[in-house]
Amino acid sequence: MIPLTWYLILSGVLFSIGAVGVLIRRNAIVIFMCIELMLNSVNLAFITFSRQLNSMDGQIFVFFIMTVAAAEAAVGLAIIIAIYRNKATVNVDDINLMKW
Amino acid sequence: MPYFFGCSYLDLIGFVLLFPLAGSIINGLLGKKLSKSVVGIIGCTSIGIAFILSFFVLIDLLQLAPEHRVFEKDYFTWIGSGTFEAIAGLQVDPLSVVMIMVVTGVGFLIHVYSVGYMLDDDGFYRYFTYLNLFTFSMLLLVLANNFLLMFIGWEGVGLCSYLLIGFYFEKKSASSAGMKAFIVNRVGDFGFILAIMLIFVTFNSIDFTTVFHAAPEHLQMGGSIATMITLLLFVGAVGKSAQIPLYTWLPDAMEGPTPVSALIHAATMVTAGVYMVVRCNVLYTLSPFSLTVVAVIGGVTALFAATIGLAQNDIKRVLAYSTVSQIGYMFLACGVGAFVTGIFHLVTHAFFKALLFLGSGSVIHGLGGEQDMRKMGGLKKYMPTTYTTFLIGTLAIAGIPPFAGFFSKDEVLLEAFTKGGVLVWALGAIAALLTAFYMFRLLFMTFYGKSNMTKHVEEHVHESPMIILIPLLVLAFLSILGGFIGFPTASAINNFLAPVIGGGHHGAVDGGSLHHASAGMMFSMMGISTGIAVAGILLAYLMYIKQPDLPAKIVGKFKLVYTIIYNKYYVDEIYDATIVNPTVKTSFILWKIVDVKIIDGFVNAIARIVELKAEVLKLFQTGYVRNYALSILLGGVIIIVCSLILL
Amino acid sequence: MLESLLFLIMGLITIACALCVVFQKNPIYSAIFLIQTMVSLAVLYVLLHAQFIAAIQVMVYAGAIMVLFIFVIMLLNLSKADEGEARDNLFFQKPSAIILGFILVVMIGAVTLKTVLQGTKGEYTPEIISQIGNTQLVGKMLFTKYVFPFEIASILLFVAIIGAIILAKKRIVEDEKV
Repeated sequence: MIPLTWYLILSGVLFSIGAVGVLIRRNAIVIFMCIELMLNSVNLAFITFSRQLNSMDGQIFVFFIMTVAAAEAAVGLAIIIAIYRNKATVNVDDINLMKW
Repeated sequence: MPYFFGCSYLDLIGFVLLFPLAGSIINGLLGKKLSKSVVGIIGCTSIGIAFILSFFVLIDLLQLAPEHRVFEKDYFTWIGSGTFEAIAGLQVDPLSVVMIMVVTGVGFLIHVYSVGYMLDDDGFYRYFTYLNLFTFSMLLLVLANNFLLMFIGWEGVGLCSYLLIGFYFEKKSASSAGMKAFIVNRVGDFGFILAIMLIFVTFNSIDFTTVFHAAPEHLQMGGSIATMITLLLFVGAVGKSAQIPLYTWLPDAMEGPTPVSALIHAATMVTAGVYMVVRCNVLYTLSPFSLTVVAVIGGVTALFAATIGLAQNDIKRVLAYSTVSQIGYMFLACGVGAFVTGIFHLVTHAFFKALLFLGSGSVIHGLGGEQDMRKMGGLKKYMPTTYTTFLIGTLAIAGIPPFAGFFSKDEVLLEAFTKGGVLVWALGAIAALLTAFYMFRLLFMTFYGKSNMTKHVEEHVHESPMIILIPLLVLAFLSILGGFIGFPTASAINNFLAPVIGGGHHGAVDGGSLHHASAGMMFSMMGISTGIAVAGILLAYLMYIKQPDLPAKIVGKFKLVYTIIYNKYYVDEIYDATIVNPTVKTSFILWKIVDVKIIDGFVNAIARIVELKAEVLKLFQTGYVRNYALSILLGGVIIIVCSLILL
Repeated sequence: MLESLLFLIMGLITIACALCVVFQKNPIYSAIFLIQTMVSLAVLYVLLHAQFIAAIQVMVYAGAIMVLFIFVIMLLNLSKADEGEARDNLFFQKPSAIILGFILVVMIGAVTLKTVLQGTKGEYTPEIISQIGNTQLVGKMLFTKYVFPFEIASILLFVAIIGAIILAKKRIVEDEKV
């Protein structure tokens, strides 16, 4: 039986990889995928806690996170498409609307 | 008692203020889009309604017993801070009612007149906005029930005078005359503010009723505090009412449109100082020294201004100096303790001075803007109505019975003689002689003799339209009959105002003090003052009708005196040299060196430092979102590290 | 023993694939590797006795959502990544991000190893779950205790659909102008 701590560490590693990906990539879609990766690592942590505490609540949380992730993916990708139409690029450095 | 929708007219006193204010706001905000007739109607009706309301307020007040004729209406606590409390409230008593009747009544006539006079001006709506605001400020001044609210009106009057004197602001002389009026008034206002502060420190209140009730117990008769308060108040009055040494702004105020001069000289503004002194009569009675100062300043000003009036050639300027002189009379009356007489003269003066100014405006209007009397003459046949009304006004100011000025001026002189002594009386009497002389000089030079008009002017000279003449006729009527409200032995105004004087319970000064003087003395005084006036008129007749070359001879003989008087004793020049120029030079140094170099240098240096720092700090502000996200991650890591250390 | 081995293998695959997601130049490859990451995570969920979640992880996440991603990548024709050519304006961004990532991993590891997870233990031990059935339990929870969030989630999805349509639809008026 593997100690549950290992799952948590695996979750942490995945989260860090996702975070680094968000920071170093410039393709909006890849950044978006890295965010999904981070969400997944959180899911793993939830499932682990659920297992540890003999409770179903963690799994329900994961269910809702997936719902939110689906909604987010739909809207986020739509935004990316809209931006691509206007700017013909998905490079986040070129989409610097927050800067004067 | 007449009631208005179930409430007494006294309760509606606020509307007397509200209508002029509303008229001013409407004309000010929308006037540009409205037609001139609508603007004129709004301007006039707002004052007209205020006048009608004032009239009903007067009637309501007359229904009450004389000792209960004080009505106060508090609206809201305006300032409340610690023990200091200023309530925005209005006070109706005989004094303020007389004042609002004069202000709204004469003001209304001037408004109507202005419609005719200003019709061709582009700033028509601007003019009426200021005019309504002016009336509102003056009403606020006389209706306020505490010193601070009075001060607001006081300042409002000053502001409006600035705006109206500088009405033709594109003219350099007009805008600087406006500034001069404002700045000279400021000197007086400074004294007034100090007086208010001292009153608050002394009485812990600025409410009229409280202060005047507490004053007799609180202050020593002739004590230093009473003297200080009254002198400081008088500084304010001197500034606003154009007395020595702060009178220089009033003659320059001629730069404004003529009806404005009429308003400033007759109904509003300059009378404020007299009103204030009378309002504070309880305090003044407590300080004989201050009263002496008031009397002396008033008497000297009356004489001084009258002498200057002798040699001026600008028709409005003569009238301006006569106002300064007449206000001096009012202060002279107040100074000898005859406060009611001061107010009486204020009222009659409002009638005939408004008449004279509007008449001169009619002349100027008819002559297409000419103000120099030497270029007039023989206007009698061109402008018969203006001439008749002007003659009535001149007779009134000269003090010929039974015109209004006779009664009030005679009473002033009588009071001066009985209470102030021969010396004070002599000041007033000589001034009266000079007044009669220079006023008839004005009349003769303008309306009699042969015409000195230029050909171009003579072709166009015409009588003014009805809208200008009607106010003249009404004012002429008032100038004839106005004096009878103060008819000796049965003086309505004396009895009416008596409760206000001496705070009602402090009988130190008797308002209707005429019974001090015997009837025989009274009639001999009347004879003397009439004689003085007639002498002045005859002298003028001799010099300007009979022997028109005589003035030139006299001038030739007394060249030096004439030059000094012609140049108004060089007072303006002295002020320029001693006060204005040094101030301007100091200001210039402060501006060019202290402000530009030192203060701006500091500010700019701080800005430069910030800029340099920002040059470095802006490197962190890359504008890339992922760069900011990196900072978030950094922060997260730091939090985890900290929590690890703490665990 | 088998379980531990499975965890090690799947864990390594997950990490490797996750790294590939981040460091692949071509977005399509990143997407493919992300699918693999999710599938391996599903295996780990099974190891943790969360079979239902594992199933929807494969179906919804790896299936539906990732297909959407790939679809968009294809649609925008991004398979040839253009970011390689453009020089990174923030030269310090990449190294510092990687260093911070490492520190984060170390810190999370330290925290998890140092702290003991506490909390009231629930009633659903793996034995009971396998007795009743994971799916049935999840369903029961969803429609009893979590029925309100469940309804809200449905509204959220509805809103997301509308939002996506509005954002992504072509501006017909503008097209006519062109």
